[in-house]
Amino acid sequence: MNAYLPREAEVVERIEESPNTFTLQLKLTDDAPYSFEPGQFNMLYLYGVGEVPISIVAEADKERVLTHTIRALGRVTNGLAALRKGDRIGLRGPYGHGWPMRAAEGRDVVIVTGGLGCAPSVSIIHHILEHRERYGHLSILQGVKHTDDLIWREQYDRWEAMPDVRVLLAADIGSPDWRGHVGLVTALFDKLTLEPRKTIAMLCGPEIMMHASADLLHTRGIPADAIYLSMERNMQCGIGHCGHCQIGSQFVCRDGPVFVWPQVRELLGVRGY
Amino acid sequence: MNDSLFLPRDALQTLIEQLKSDGFRVIGPCVHDDTIQYRDLADSATLPFGWTDDQAPGNYRLTQVDSPRAFAWATGAQALKPYLFKPRETLWRAQRDAAGKLTFSSEQIEDQPLAFIGVRACDIAALKLHDKHFLDGVKDSNYAARRAGLFIVAVHCAYPADTCFCASTGDGPAAADGFDLALNELEDGYLVEVGSERGKAIAARLPLAAASSDLQHQGAQAVAEAAKRQHRQLPSGNLQKPLFERLHHPRWDQVAARCLSCGNCTSVCPTCFCNAQIDAPALGGEVTEHLREWDSCFTEGHSYLHGFMVRPETGHRYRQWLTHKLGSWHEQYGRSGCVGCGRCITWCPVGIDLTEEANVLCNSAAGESPQ
Repeated sequence: MNAYLPREAEVVERIEESPNTFTLQLKLTDDAPYSFEPGQFNMLYLYGVGEVPISIVAEADKERVLTHTIRALGRVTNGLAALRKGDRIGLRGPYGHGWPMRAAEGRDVVIVTGGLGCAPSVSIIHHILEHRERYGHLSILQGVKHTDDLIWREQYDRWEAMPDVRVLLAADIGSPDWRGHVGLVTALFDKLTLEPRKTIAMLCGPEIMMHASADLLHTRGIPADAIYLSMERNMQCGIGHCGHCQIGSQFVCRDGPVFVWPQVRELLGVRGY
Repeated sequence: MNDSLFLPRDALQTLIEQLKSDGFRVIGPCVHDDTIQYRDLADSATLPFGWTDDQAPGNYRLTQVDSPRAFAWATGAQALKPYLFKPRETLWRAQRDAAGKLTFSSEQIEDQPLAFIGVRACDIAALKLHDKHFLDGVKDSNYAARRAGLFIVAVHCAYPADTCFCASTGDGPAAADGFDLALNELEDGYLVEVGSERGKAIAARLPLAAASSDLQHQGAQAVAEAAKRQHRQLPSGNLQKPLFERLHHPRWDQVAARCLSCGNCTSVCPTCFCNAQIDAPALGGEVTEHLREWDSCFTEGHSYLHGFMVRPETGHRYRQWLTHKLGSWHEQYGRSGCVGCGRCITWCPVGIDLTEEANVLCNSAAGESPQ
């Protein structure tokens, strides 16, 4: 059994999210089983170009449709951006450990994201909203560089209108129509009403943001082992063989991408790791 | 050690023939391109009789001496690694039909089992580490296919290079296990040790005689002296804590000023496993091969992450390599990633010595001079 062999998937929908961010909805063309946990990722393969790890945004529904939101930044992602409905790609996964949805049951959840870090965290939100009775209060904090970078505005509005959900948005650079905070996402922590001992935090975004957020949340009383973060590194195999995604003694693809903070705390923010 | 059997030197040919008759592709050391390399063995005459080597930091030279011995040298640049974990290989193929439908298929792996003659203890230790990396957890099918059926004829090392330090890592110079047969080369032939049932079956077909206690004593002496001749050593124990406590030590910048970031050390290292995946589409466009090739944490692209490098500087990369190899490897694989073969020292173009770097770092004050 060749663990590297992709399966074929068809693009069933392509959605433009922002000038450089798009969503592909993919359907596996075979009948083999597929299931994933929120926070896991797939390797997406563009014919003749290569593979790239992309987190799975949404729960697979009965139609076996998988949603991936991607920023066009490199060779493969720029190629994926050019795909249209009906095009075929390769897909293998899911890989890695997802978010601690079990451990979060019965607790309040704080989600802190930055930039496209919102994509891997949407699966947490979907999961909580689908199993609402299992979780306490949900706080969603999302930071972006520029207000134009905020995708899924309507979704945030919809979540904000739900009971027991709070949405707080921040942009480093504001615009006249911006109703959120202007500045860093960490400034939003002052607006949170936390019960630290019954709260679990899940962070996803630039490392410097997660580094600062984890420190601040811990200062506010959230135990270190109740803070989780999703790391990002160069990944070429997804199964701990290629060596690119190493952080200390962890392979991000195999031991992560979601880590409990103490696992990576020592090296978080150390330049060159 | 059960080494009471003796094989005359001219019976090496019989060993090769027996392995071949059992279906093995027999590979052993040969002089090629002025180095000792592992290549297909036509017959025993292609073994490097009378050759020895001179190794030092940044230096490797072969010389011919008046000796009947075939294994009077230390390890060359490579041994088993390129055969089991290929420098470049196809992982799978994709075909695209006119309608754009994709079909993925695995590459057929050659199934003739491999037999290696003359494997040193350091390379057996490295093989065990690659087994852990490629076979524990999700199996690498290409590695697994080549590993299956592997037959190893070890040679206890009596000629460590100036750059060797396997005695300090506990991996040599004698091969303790992990072989089917082990040879201890003496002036007239070989003491033979059986390490497996398969080894026993081959040994039963060799012209073996009982070894005198004098010969056995000579063999034990040669190995003991080989250990004594090694003057390099790594600091003892698990270096994870001491190295990670010194991530901001000025020594990283000092070594970076010499390091060329060429990746030679990682290519010759028998335990380095980093690899990259690339696509090689055929010009016609209907088929593409998905390849894997060796990569190195010393390359810029190794840590590339959507538009920036996690390790942009040479110092970061040397630190990554050393802290991984001697430090975090313990947590990942239960031991250090260094087997003391000394290749990284010999084949470094500027002669950087990992034992020197590790000793300087670990023997200096922790947390010195944060950057």
